Amino acid sequence: MKAAPALAEGFPDLSGMHVAREPHWFRWFSAALIVLVLAAVARAFANGQIEWSYVSRFLTAKVILEGIVNTMVMAVLAMALGIFLGVVVAIMRLSPNPVLKSVATGYTWLFRGTPLILQLLLWFNLALVFPTIGIPGLWSARAVDVMTPFLSALLGLGINQGAYTSEVMRAGMLSVDIGQYEAAQAIGMGRLRALRRIILPQAMRVVIPPIGNEFIGLVKATSLASVIQYPEVLHNAENIYYANSRVIELLIVAGIWYLLVVSILTPLQMLLERRFARGTLQFAR
Amino acid sequence: MTKPLVAIRSVSKAFGEFQALKGVSLDVWAGEVMCLIGASGSGKTTLLRCINQLTAIDSGGIWLDGELLGVREEGGRLHRLTERQLAQQRLKTGMVFQRFNLFPHKTAIENITEGPVQVQGRKPDEVRAEAIELLRRVGLSAKAESYPAQLSGGQQQRVAIARALAMKPMLMLFDEPTSALDPELVGEVLAVMKELARSGMTMMVVTHELGFAREVADRVVYMDHGAIVEQGRASEVLGAPREARTKAFLSAVI
Ligand SMILES: Nc1ncnc2c1ncn2[C@@H]1O[C@H](COP(=O)(O)OP(=O)(O)O)[C@@H](O)[C@H]1O
Ligand SMILES: [Mg+2]
Repeated sequence: MKAAPALAEGFPDLSGMHVAREPHWFRWFSAALIVLVLAAVARAFANGQIEWSYVSRFLTAKVILEGIVNTMVMAVLAMALGIFLGVVVAIMRLSPNPVLKSVATGYTWLFRGTPLILQLLLWFNLALVFPTIGIPGLWSARAVDVMTPFLSALLGLGINQGAYTSEVMRAGMLSVDIGQYEAAQAIGMGRLRALRRIILPQAMRVVIPPIGNEFIGLVKATSLASVIQYPEVLHNAENIYYANSRVIELLIVAGIWYLLVVSILTPLQMLLERRFARGTLQFAR
Repeated sequence: MTKPLVAIRSVSKAFGEFQALKGVSLDVWAGEVMCLIGASGSGKTTLLRCINQLTAIDSGGIWLDGELLGVREEGGRLHRLTERQLAQQRLKTGMVFQRFNLFPHKTAIENITEGPVQVQGRKPDEVRAEAIELLRRVGLSAKAESYPAQLSGGQQQRVAIARALAMKPMLMLFDEPTSALDPELVGEVLAVMKELARSGMTMMVVTHELGFAREVADRVVYMDHGAIVEQGRASEVLGAPREARTKAFLSAVI
């Protein structure tokens, strides 16, 4: 047995020394600069032609509150419709049946390829094309009565959203390992049951962040429904400033509400993500 | 005269130009443990997948328990079965994959109960009791509520075996069940398979574990380039191979 060789000279003992804190001059400088710019902007707005008293008064006005409720109702319903259509279309798109596949592809192509505002106007003006609509022999009605601003906005926003959501869902399903599908088949599951029980729950984990994105986009896109007289928050704000000419004040009111709603959505999304992370290492136990 | 549990007759399968199976014929008898050996790419996985119909064959026929798989003969023609009928036929076989393929969003016991409850429509309480017994049998009673990510590879593969057994299959297919495992975990999985073999289960095992084949297999089948080259008792094929290709393969792996 040989003794360990002696260590070479010339390398001082560093144990017991701490790593010094650096002053980070540039960070201090840039932070100060940003504070200055923000202060200047705030000052400009405070001294500008804005009556802040109007902003605080109208922030909780009944019409505005009704508007934001309508915005939320529409966003939630249209998203529900969008997710439903998105899942169905994604499944059709991945099906071996060429007919289902091309119907799904055509849907996505049509509704992603035209402006949302155009689709809203088309739904709202459907009566110009079909004066009466219905199921022959069972039910019919005048299109102007059926295509209310609410239903037109719901169909326009929801069907458009479905086209985008289907691609998010398809990406999520493709991200699940093919072995999962084979294991499901091996225990006797058919295609749809395997999708519902095995593939979709795993895909959800991947799709929630982009779906959250889509939903935030949709909350703001509801403002387009003001062109078809749906009384969402921006539409109501516009109606007020047509009367009192406080344009900027009311736009700020609407803006504050959009920001507020979107801020609440982020923690909700975190909760959902946790729910679907079951079994992954980071949240296990 | 009794019939084999599995009868494979002149089965061929091509992927594009490549012929993965070239007219394979084979019988597997009830209670038999058969080990399939052969170089990578020789068609062993493809053969198992054809029996479980994860892959559709091009020609030939496979009968399981007297029933023709995947197609129905009518008026001198073969008609493909529907998705639902295929799923029904798959219930007779259990499959264990090289990469386990446990459902990561379900606990060990949920992985086991999923098939019997969702597919076979059996009572959850009764299935759960059986699942607990199966977990005990594979030595994982303490891991019922663990997710796959919390289990070692060997434990995951044992849960996968229990999941397949929960469907009460007549035939178990194993595709290199220990190839993805660290060496020290291979033994625990092989022990479960040995116990299963002793219990009388009919098994087809693709494996490179020649020790396991020697000890457990009733018959060893050597495949090369999509065809069966040699088959016989384990001691014969592994101990005294007749074919030159078998000899070359065995001397390469040992
Ligand atoms: N889905 C597939 N598409 C194309 N080629 C395949 C496919 N599956 C298997 N093969 C080919 O078939 C041959 C046999 O594969 P396999 O049955 O997996 O062999 P083994 O399990 O004996 O290693 C290989 O050459 C493989 O590349
Ligand atoms: Mg293989």
